[in-house]
Amino acid sequence: MNWGVLQFPGSCDERDALHACELADQSSGGQSRLVWHEETDLSGLDGIIVPGGFSYGDYLRAGAIARFAPAMTAVADFANAGGPVLGICNGFQVLCESGLLPGALLTNEEMRFICRQGDLIVTEAESPFLSELEPGETISIPIKHQSGRYFAPPEMLERIEANNQVAFRYGEGHNVNGSLNDIAGVTNEAGNVLGLMPHPEHAVDAFTGSTDGLKLFRGPAGINA
Amino acid sequence: MITATILIRPKEGILDAQGKAVEGALPALGFTGIEHVRVGRIVELHAENADQLEDLCEKLLANPLIEDYEIEIS
Repeated sequence: MNWGVLQFPGSCDERDALHACELADQSSGGQSRLVWHEETDLSGLDGIIVPGGFSYGDYLRAGAIARFAPAMTAVADFANAGGPVLGICNGFQVLCESGLLPGALLTNEEMRFICRQGDLIVTEAESPFLSELEPGETISIPIKHQSGRYFAPPEMLERIEANNQVAFRYGEGHNVNGSLNDIAGVTNEAGNVLGLMPHPEHAVDAFTGSTDGLKLFRGPAGINA
Repeated sequence: MITATILIRPKEGILDAQGKAVEGALPALGFTGIEHVRVGRIVELHAENADQLEDLCEKLLANPLIEDYEIEIS
């Protein structure tokens, strides 16, 4: 599977994400690569990762300026055609700002930057990124952000819940940012776009305590195999 | 050119963590009788006309899901 990992000025997790793509897909000989924010040609790519970091300095609001990057127009076309797109942390914020995912991410309730391991509970949402995970399963991956408080207006929240678009919830005691309904990640209506605040790409080697994150990257590869 | 001052603030009902932190600091500084502190931001700009400012606010300067904005032209 050929992954494209976006790289904005200010991205900082793109190399870990690329490493995770390569680890998850060792057997197929896929050619994953970084995609510079000015690129608009995504041909030959089977999946897109919008990585974490501080795109364009996160000025104005996290993800607000990145959504206007030339590469994001191409990602929107790719997503609307059904291609799998995963947004992690700042990437989740970018996907929300661009309207590819519902909702918004606000500054953490306690204003602090949070960096710790967190438990996420897999829900019954349908997405290629969840195909290697079981509903109800708990995964342990790192959380590191300052603006991760998930918010959606009441009607939107109701619709997301009714459509099973909540992909992950924080486990009990792990909703560290004040997210509504303990929401850690959501999908679009079709399920091919998924965003989450915690970092699966940092949980791919037993050396750092957990390999649970690999399962998200393996999902779409299994479907394409 | 016109000068526009655009005031952007968190929507009523949304917990404003920044406002809460500022409010929390007030008693230690001796300020009393102050509550409901909300922190927003102001964007000033010059424009040839006002036609596109609302679109600009909707698409970039504010996130309409979480923020309200007011455009003042002078």
